[in-house]
Amino acid sequence: MRFLLQRTVFYLFTAWAAITLNFFIPRLVPGDPVQSLITRNQGRISADAIESLRVLFGLDRNDSLWEQYLDYWRQLLHGDLGLSFTFFPAPVSTVIGDSLPWTVGLVGITTIVSFLLGTALGVGAGWRRGSWIDGLLPATTFLSSIPYFWLGLVAIAVFAGPGSFFPSSGGYEAGLVPAFDQYFIPSAIQHSILPAATILVSSMSGWILSMRNMMVTVSSEDYITVAHAKGLSERRVALSYAARNALLPNVSGFALSLGFIVGGTLLVEIVFSYPGLGYQLFQAVGSKDYPLMQGIFLIITISVLVANLLADVAYLLLDPRTRKS
Amino acid sequence: MTDPVLEIRGLRVDYGLGDQAVRAVRDVDLTLHRGEVLGLAGESGSGKSTLAYGLTRLLPPPGVVSGGQVIYHPVDGPPVDVLSLTPAQLRRFRWAETSIVFQGAMNSLNPVHKVATQLLDVIRAHEPKSTPAARLARARELLRLVGIAADRLDSHPHQLSGGMRQRVMIAMALALEPQVVIMDEPTTALDVVMQRQILGQLAELRERLGFAVLFITHDLSLLVEFSDRIAIMYGGRIIEQAPAGQLYRDALHPYTEGLLHSFPALHGPRRELTGIPGSPPDLRAMPSGCAFHPRCPKAFDPCDETLPPLGPPGDGRPDRTVACWLHPVATPR
Amino acid sequence: MTISPSSIEQVIPGQGAMAQPSATPGRTKRRRLRFVANAKAATGLAILGIYCLFAVIGPWVAPYDPDARSGDVLQAPSASHWFGTTHLGQDIFSQILVGARSVMVVGLLAGVLATILSILIGVTAGYLGGVTDEGLSAMSNVFLVIPALPLIIIVTSIVEQASDTLVALIIGLTSWAWGARVLRAQTLSLRRRDYVEAARATGERTWRIILFEILPNLTAIIASGFVGTVIFAVMSEITLAFIGISSISSWNWGTILFWAQGQQALAQGAWWWFVPAGLAIAVLGTALALINFGIDEFVSPRLRTGGRTRIRTADGRTVRMRVGFTPVLAPKPAVPAPREAAPRVDGAR
Repeated sequence: MRFLLQRTVFYLFTAWAAITLNFFIPRLVPGDPVQSLITRNQGRISADAIESLRVLFGLDRNDSLWEQYLDYWRQLLHGDLGLSFTFFPAPVSTVIGDSLPWTVGLVGITTIVSFLLGTALGVGAGWRRGSWIDGLLPATTFLSSIPYFWLGLVAIAVFAGPGSFFPSSGGYEAGLVPAFDQYFIPSAIQHSILPAATILVSSMSGWILSMRNMMVTVSSEDYITVAHAKGLSERRVALSYAARNALLPNVSGFALSLGFIVGGTLLVEIVFSYPGLGYQLFQAVGSKDYPLMQGIFLIITISVLVANLLADVAYLLLDPRTRKS
Repeated sequence: MTDPVLEIRGLRVDYGLGDQAVRAVRDVDLTLHRGEVLGLAGESGSGKSTLAYGLTRLLPPPGVVSGGQVIYHPVDGPPVDVLSLTPAQLRRFRWAETSIVFQGAMNSLNPVHKVATQLLDVIRAHEPKSTPAARLARARELLRLVGIAADRLDSHPHQLSGGMRQRVMIAMALALEPQVVIMDEPTTALDVVMQRQILGQLAELRERLGFAVLFITHDLSLLVEFSDRIAIMYGGRIIEQAPAGQLYRDALHPYTEGLLHSFPALHGPRRELTGIPGSPPDLRAMPSGCAFHPRCPKAFDPCDETLPPLGPPGDGRPDRTVACWLHPVATPR
Repeated sequence: MTISPSSIEQVIPGQGAMAQPSATPGRTKRRRLRFVANAKAATGLAILGIYCLFAVIGPWVAPYDPDARSGDVLQAPSASHWFGTTHLGQDIFSQILVGARSVMVVGLLAGVLATILSILIGVTAGYLGGVTDEGLSAMSNVFLVIPALPLIIIVTSIVEQASDTLVALIIGLTSWAWGARVLRAQTLSLRRRDYVEAARATGERTWRIILFEILPNLTAIIASGFVGTVIFAVMSEITLAFIGISSISSWNWGTILFWAQGQQALAQGAWWWFVPAGLAIAVLGTALALINFGIDEFVSPRLRTGGRTRIRTADGRTVRMRVGFTPVLAPKPAVPAPREAAPRVDGAR
């Protein structure tokens, strides 16, 4: 379990680094960002909001940076991420709490499905080199080079529109109340099909390709030759010997690329006005809602760290060599 | 002598196709008799491993078998041409009739599966009707045979030492009681003590189980001690073949002589170590005539023109063959 | 917008018992040429060349001023406006041409910056080892795990109307970690090679060893890392422009998409507004990916697709070459090898 402990310590360290980064970013803003916000939104910001912003930017006190940092941590540990400026007076934590399930549902599930499906196809492509799957590789390369959000735009243009089964925006039918009932759930699924397909199409090819290349590399290992020499069935050699070993680097690659993937998939939410974190971030950026932006960045980072830890556990279960007692 | 179990006739193995093909094994004839140890020696690049992988059809792309026959004689039933088996037939043939112990003890075992899994899956693949309990009992018995405690079945390869791994491989090779075991540098990666231990064990097992061994190594001194007969390969061809003792005492081919002088003798009088000047031939551009002539201290007229045929030398020793103009074949057609 | 893990990292030199004769060291020059001969790399490089050309001459050859409004509002593609017009009557073809420069400049600048950082950090960590290595490795792992795009979005949004250079700077500073990680691993293994050990034993200076013994062997990995970063930088820049964070007064393909999205191009059926920009990005991304495949295949030839994989065997069927079942070729007419009158005598008989 040493491995897992090491990883946990590393993720805690990363979380600390991200939080510290989060603390410093607004302090790097030149001038008085709050003042410029006030002038820009003349009269539309309440006094409370201004106060909350000043706390965030560390402009209201004469405390040293260190004291501000400690204060920041104190707030954070109480789950206090500040007040959202756009949704004033809603706290950032509430806004995030509302949108997080949508993102976990859409991005989380499609990322995992994409990895599993892409890996399975990659096993086929790598094992049967020169078969028809190899012919698909150029097409998948092209698909993976398309920005997710643009593919989303095209998907909306082609599939959505008046009278279409696929809605072009939102996470559920307007007028429904989010609840686990027979009206809401089908509607939520209907709204998620198109964004999910968009993410799937453009993220899967990376996994196909990396798994194919790992299969090709592993296929020349001695133990594959031994497996053939043993007269095992094609299926067993391909799955239990080749794919089983090729999976290991792919899983660690999955953990490492999570940060990249999540960043990209969040944009799909913007195009589909899907009520998740990405769309929320988009709106926060548009209205310079710094507390919300920071909160979202923090929560995305921590989610990615947790996902990484889960991927590490999966790796641990797959590779006996890291399982030293 | 006993009857043959594996006959290789005119085997050719290439890397690549058409004009770019590199001919790594050229018209090799070799016979392995039931229960004997046949040593195959040569420098790296001489084609000895390619021969082994070619005859078992395990050579990865771009390797191809471009000609010849490999005839296997089962204990009962008609002979089988290994090169004309379909993949399904080949799968059934493999390991049950000929098994292989590979060079790299480190990489021969699947790192993610337990020893038990890897021993049991081969038994199950070939004897699907056996019960799990019977298979497990066999696996335990096999490990005991090579001197490993049965509780090692639950170990993963990385938990075993190099010597243990190679012994597991040997146990695995004997799992289906094959008639032929091919060993490709089985002890090269191990230290000398472990090497001798394993070879001793192997000799003992062969005595008991009666399988034939094709033993491939670059270490001729090892073969002299361990094998019944030795064949020497150079540039993709067999250039000399003789009973081990005869070859050691009286090597006919200058290359064999050179090889013998490249290793310290384990027993007997000390000899000067000289080695062989020059380097092995480039398979892409083989010298004309005898492939060895550019390095041969005794080369003379015909050597760079005509390839010497392999056959019993004229001075009458019918149990050995050589391909050298110094010892022309007795009855050249 | 994923960065697929490069397989270079996983290529293990020497493949055990089955290793085939490899090219001799003296052939590096020919191998370099062979890289260009690789169809994928050649295609990618050619497309990239065209893009670079447009980045240079784009603003001059553009038929219209990309900002100039006209009466032809929201026109479909025609002879006078190849890619149609916007809601203000601006020529989209001109916007694409002018925007190419910004895209290429940011992509290359960020790529160069990230590559330099990754070499400095990765090679230093791998070569020096010890505490330095642990510190630098931890730092690059942190940067690797933190989602880069949200970070870039937030940092950029703090700066009002970020310029291209600033965007490139921010992207470059946040995206070096992958390259550093791969380079560190490779340097670590190079450092243990005999010739490096020998150079160290003879008292060669560290910087000389790194410059002359280590770096030349990392060329392929550095190149592939550079290309990967350029892909990421281009995608990030376009994303920033698309969500309206970076300066919207200068043109790049993301800006075009920003206006198209903002003006409901989709709802109005103005497909020409967003399709050309997206295709331009996708083709550039494909070209860069192809170059990277070329590098991958150059480093480990086994990954190559195509080539002759099907052959006719002795039993008259066509089979795919594969591991585990060496094909037996159809016998040619039995011509004995030249000058070989070998009687098939078996020694033991």
